[in-house]
Amino acid sequence: MTAGILALFVALFLFLGLGFDYFYGSFNPVAAPTFEYNDTGYYEARRAGAGSKIPFGTIISLLIGMGMAANSLLNGPRMVLRSTMARRAVSASEKERQLLNIVAEMATASGLPAPTAYVVPDSDLNAFATGTNPSNSVIAVTEGLLEHLNREELQAVVAHEMSHIRNYDMRLMTVLAGLIGAVALLSDFAGRTFRYGGRRSGSFGGSSSSSGGSGRKGGGGAVVLIFFAIWVVLIILAPLLSRMLAMAISRQREFLADASAAELTRNPLGLVSALEKIRRAVMPTSAINNGVAHMCITDPRGSLIEEKLGFTADVLATHPPMEKRILALKVMAYQAGNPQSA
Amino acid sequence: MTVLAIVLLVLGGWVVFTFNGLVKLRNQVTNAFRQIDVQLKRRHDLIPNLVESVKGEMKFEKETLERVIQARAAAVSAGQGGNTGDILAKEGMLTQALGRLIAISENYPNLKANESVKKLMEELTHTENQISFARQFYNDVVTKFNTDQQVFPTNMFAAMLGFSPAALWELPADSPERENPKVNLTV
Repeated sequence: MTAGILALFVALFLFLGLGFDYFYGSFNPVAAPTFEYNDTGYYEARRAGAGSKIPFGTIISLLIGMGMAANSLLNGPRMVLRSTMARRAVSASEKERQLLNIVAEMATASGLPAPTAYVVPDSDLNAFATGTNPSNSVIAVTEGLLEHLNREELQAVVAHEMSHIRNYDMRLMTVLAGLIGAVALLSDFAGRTFRYGGRRSGSFGGSSSSSGGSGRKGGGGAVVLIFFAIWVVLIILAPLLSRMLAMAISRQREFLADASAAELTRNPLGLVSALEKIRRAVMPTSAINNGVAHMCITDPRGSLIEEKLGFTADVLATHPPMEKRILALKVMAYQAGNPQSA
Repeated sequence: MTVLAIVLLVLGGWVVFTFNGLVKLRNQVTNAFRQIDVQLKRRHDLIPNLVESVKGEMKFEKETLERVIQARAAAVSAGQGGNTGDILAKEGMLTQALGRLIAISENYPNLKANESVKKLMEELTHTENQISFARQFYNDVVTKFNTDQQVFPTNMFAAMLGFSPAALWELPADSPERENPKVNLTV
């Protein structure tokens, strides 16, 4: 499922990027070469326009997007912790001692090195994980969570975060952020070109740059026109579309993390009661920035979108509706019938 | 000729790949088993402290405390003996005795209010959890190791390459851990 959506995302990106290069750059891999008589007395195949085989727009936007993503991957954990004002959990405090113990237990259960435990000074109930790989990962929980959850529930929440680490969700979401950035850049390039540049060669079909473009005049015109229309619509919708795709992947990873948490603790009902407590505290977690929303146990913006079932929740939320998450966990605990089999 | 060479190369590559994968899993199995040992040792170290701190409050439960101490001594000596069956049985008895102690201590409000006892109880719960999660992880890894050996076509080569299925951690049929701790709450 995740792989499918990711493939769709990459396809969207390639369509936009290559379309941009096709219509505005001189990128055209299938142009019929023109044959020119060269100095040495042979006919030489030459494509219209220099460097027409390289889609510069696509590559540049991808490089910039990935560069930003790499930066966030390298500096992300530190920046996230600083922005939430998290501090290391200390063993002197009773509750934090328990947190440290639980993190160690979950590390044992998953067979990974123990992440560092942090506490976020916020009274809302939330938790997040960050880190580029299991050996330098971090699990942070809010003070409110420590206070309101019992040991079993806290264990379930830590197991959920441990699963994000074990499934390398941080890396996945960073790659997605890179793609979103690249798509946004492309759409920006295109928007500016609409306004200030205009397509360089006047008529449709002659889109292959100034150097003549004898390749596709005539018959291909209508098809190219249709493609151009689709492409323009997609470019306009691109920032929204790319975000929707990323959110769809994020929701899948949340379901996966819930399921892996149940696998680690062998106690899906612990997570059910934790989620129910978290759900009742719907205030936004002000200390946690939206950027790490997808690594949290619940959306830090307050669970208003997640409470809704239906279209908005299906399209725009980082997390699946609590209703659905709890139902999935209850099915695991044989406390509810499987809706898919009924 | 070329076709034959390619087929042989692919087959050879597959064997190397499978072999390395199985070696990796076998080492993980050994490591996971040692992790259980580490946690059992931790429990042995924790118990004297625990008994010392609850002794004053629980003088009416001398028998329970004594059973914990005896079970610990037996488990430690079994651990030094190194006989796996023996270790399993003795550690099972220790788990049983500790479970009883925890259940009874719930009955003493003074004990529950005592800071140092609370801390020790948390440590004990932690250790018991660590042991069960270490076992759970061991069993998960062993299951993966055994499955990887038994699936077709690896099953034809696994024994030839020197792999044999590892044993799951399970309680013997007569293990005291299988019994529920009997707790008499009429104090």
